[in-house]
Amino acid sequence: MAPVSSTLSAARIGGATIENALPGAGDRDHGATGGRGVTGDCGATGDRGATGSRERRVWDVLESVPDPEIPVLSVVDLGIVRHVRWLADLEGQPKLHVGITPTYSGCPATEVIRHSISTALDQEGYVGATVEEVLSPPWTSDWLTEAGRRKLEGFGIAPPAQSVANPRHLFRSPVVACPRCSSRATERVSEFGSTPCKAHYRCTSCLEPFDYFKCL
Amino acid sequence: MSAVTESTLDPVREALFRYVLRLGDTSLVLGQRLAEWVGHSPALEEDLGLANLSLDLVGQARLLLTYAGEVEGKGRDEDALAFFRDAPAFVNLTLAEQPNGDFGRTIVRQFLLDAWQLEVYEGLLGSSDTRLASVAAKAIKETRYHFRFSSGWLVRLGDGTEESHRRVQEALNELWRFTTELFAADDVEGALVAAGVAPDLAALQPRWLARVDEVLKEATLVRPAAVAYQWHGKRGVHTEHLGHMLAEMQHLQRTYPGAQW
Repeated sequence: MAPVSSTLSAARIGGATIENALPGAGDRDHGATGGRGVTGDCGATGDRGATGSRERRVWDVLESVPDPEIPVLSVVDLGIVRHVRWLADLEGQPKLHVGITPTYSGCPATEVIRHSISTALDQEGYVGATVEEVLSPPWTSDWLTEAGRRKLEGFGIAPPAQSVANPRHLFRSPVVACPRCSSRATERVSEFGSTPCKAHYRCTSCLEPFDYFKCL
Repeated sequence: MSAVTESTLDPVREALFRYVLRLGDTSLVLGQRLAEWVGHSPALEEDLGLANLSLDLVGQARLLLTYAGEVEGKGRDEDALAFFRDAPAFVNLTLAEQPNGDFGRTIVRQFLLDAWQLEVYEGLLGSSDTRLASVAAKAIKETRYHFRFSSGWLVRLGDGTEESHRRVQEALNELWRFTTELFAADDVEGALVAAGVAPDLAALQPRWLARVDEVLKEATLVRPAAVAYQWHGKRGVHTEHLGHMLAEMQHLQRTYPGAQW
């Protein structure tokens, strides 16, 4: 049952690069360390205005790509799309680069997401786009969009309860409201749930179990 | 060790290769050990928890081994390093390869190494090597959850029943001797501390000890006496357990080299 017995690279993100560069044109300004509050918005529309129409059309395509584990969220809602850029290739032709960042180092969904994005871009005529990994700054649950948080709750998953800008928060158990009855009388069953990004909770008012999207 | 010592890299680059390899191997070996629990844990929630920790650790190992391969510059990728080296070429901490034992023993091993990784990753956040700093920034967020999990369980078991207390105290007594290696620096760390790449292990030790002591106290456990440095996993000298573990982990790739999922 050892997951490591196949190949480590099975889940590799193609053309993997680690970028330390600051966000450039076409990026969403997420801030380097997730300093914004949880009620902030990653810019579902706001930052869009600052990018060119060519980039905006790509962002629209990406908003149709679901997360494989939580299909109610798009990869844009999840805050894992870091940049959309056209860069000249060796022949000087513009080539589309889409940067994504994994939520957790070992998240198996990352490879599926890369394929889904490539497929969606191909279908929309962006053939041969490069989907590249961006490791820095690391993904944080603060990057979930406001729309994404609402979708999670509607789906029965409690959204992250607090900003992680202060890492000390991770050592305190947040008050998590039940996504079904909104009661705050809930308790954690397990720190680790069905996917790396979720914990398992139960509501002591309506007695229903539910998933909680962890702060990271 | 041959693959490591035959390198023709310049001294700092050689040290960097070995340092990153040590970090990567420690995560990989610990992740593989935790994966052995899948389907065997005391409760479903703990099965998921240990599997989640394993997944994070293997993910961190992939980032580190990929980088180690690039630093080495001989075309070895993460898979080549994970599956096509024999035990003497692995340079993980000896503690990481120790067998799971019962759930309590696994928790003690995890707790000691989680606390160590927290200190090391925190120290690497300001590394002059931006790649290592990036990996550390990613990994430390996950490691905080690991530490909360393992320290929480250590308190529950240590301050639990007579039986659970006895078992984790015995595991602590057995595993403590391997912790000296966690802070035993050699010329690899020496070169990298001087270059601003790696944190000074001697400076991390008191912080680690304070972190460990705080939890041990709450868990009503007694910290064993310090022992001399006599385990050398990070120099490729291992206990008998690593070879057996690698035999299982590497079996598929050794039988069908290059097989893809």
